[in-house]
Amino acid sequence: MIMAEKIVPLTGNYAIAEAMRQINPEVVAAYPITPQSSIVEMFSQFVSDGKVDTEMVRVESEHSAMSAVVGASLTGVRAMTATCSAGLALMWEIAGVASGLRCPIVMAIANRAISAPINIHCDHSDTMGARDLSWIQIYCENAQEAYETMFLALKLAEHKDVQLPVMVCEDGFITSHCVQNVKIYDDHVMRNFVGERKSVDNLFNFENPIAMGSIELQDYYFETKRQQQQAMSRALKVYLEVGNELSKVTGNDYGYVESYKMDDAEVAIITMSSSAGTTKTVVDRMREEGKKVGLIKLRLYRPFPHGEIRRSFKGIKAIGVLERAFAYGANAPLLSDVKSAIYELSEKPKLQSYVFGMGGRDLLEEHVEHAFNELLAGKTVKEEKYLGLRE
Amino acid sequence: MTEKFPTNEQLKNKVGWKEKPIGGAVTRTASALENKTGSWRAFRPIIDEKKCINCAFCSAYCPDNAIPFKDGKREDVNLEYCKGCGICSKVCPVKAIEMKEESEFHK
Repeated sequence: MIMAEKIVPLTGNYAIAEAMRQINPEVVAAYPITPQSSIVEMFSQFVSDGKVDTEMVRVESEHSAMSAVVGASLTGVRAMTATCSAGLALMWEIAGVASGLRCPIVMAIANRAISAPINIHCDHSDTMGARDLSWIQIYCENAQEAYETMFLALKLAEHKDVQLPVMVCEDGFITSHCVQNVKIYDDHVMRNFVGERKSVDNLFNFENPIAMGSIELQDYYFETKRQQQQAMSRALKVYLEVGNELSKVTGNDYGYVESYKMDDAEVAIITMSSSAGTTKTVVDRMREEGKKVGLIKLRLYRPFPHGEIRRSFKGIKAIGVLERAFAYGANAPLLSDVKSAIYELSEKPKLQSYVFGMGGRDLLEEHVEHAFNELLAGKTVKEEKYLGLRE
Repeated sequence: MTEKFPTNEQLKNKVGWKEKPIGGAVTRTASALENKTGSWRAFRPIIDEKKCINCAFCSAYCPDNAIPFKDGKREDVNLEYCKGCGICSKVCPVKAIEMKEESEFHK
């Protein structure tokens, strides 16, 4: 894996670990949790084999893992970790510290359900719950995307106009544990792409000492939070800039969304991560039957690209929002965001919320086809619908 | 960030969100000196000079550096910063420091 560009069969987790090997961060602190564990297991193998120079900190919990990477990041070096589900929940307090102190940490997530009932399989409840923590969130369809997104995420996080942490999300087990062919680029090319972190104000800059983590009460907290909102809005622009730069290396596109057969589509589905793959298959088949259906695969979820979503859905009759998370007592998370994005369209498409795949329940092609047929028939209702649920 | 934050002027007149360093960073060292924590005090340490053995425990333990120790000798408590936590009184090995109600000094 250390030679020139080649195709390697890898799980999503090993593809992410491979990206981390190429990035060679100064510090990784992590605690195992299914289905993320094999990312940091493989990475610690790289550490013990001497393939990276990383200081690997084995901690006693995710709370400590996040604390360690925050501490490392504040000294001006690169620090990374990975987690999901209960691990992310335990990190919660320090995840807010990471964004509040503007640490450009990149954290890989193998999305997993939140207990109870205890469940180790995929849904997006974990990261959807963390969507307002001021972390950038990027969702990946497959192992290749997860691998490439790690590089994009790192440069986006560290950009001087951004300086926010990023979660790179892949679907637990579905992507994290399935072996796919992954194109691995040359080490030198990827190391050149990420370069070195350029940190000016940090705790190891003894020429210009600073203090971090001071208390801010009614006097300044509000201003600090307003700065984070500005950084999020700048991240929209920087995401595309870094994406263009990465395109020159890989030849792939890194838009906010991937638009699939949308040009003359009458109805569309928007979804994130691996379900986009299933939806593409269904779109292809229904297109052969002459049905004008299309897909918007959302990659960048936070900051939310309102303008791009609005443009994507202009002239569409009905949109199905397929997502792997509830927002209990409210519109599901992605539906809420899509709804607010299309508010400014003078002719608003009809919207249908579909929640699917909770706790790793499979999303089948017939579920997606059923949703498309409902949209084509104009059968949208205000209520949330469910795909694959037993009534 | 080239300008040091917060300046004395910025402590008096708070700046807007565009003017302060990100992430709550404090880029001016020792700016905590401007924060006179003595105003928080509910108890005042009173040192019995006859009992004091100049061991420097109180000075070393004081979280606000409010008990100076110079040339082998403890100096008076700096009441501008002493916030009355009472740690000095607890650690004093000869029980020379008594914490008295601050209100008694304002009658």
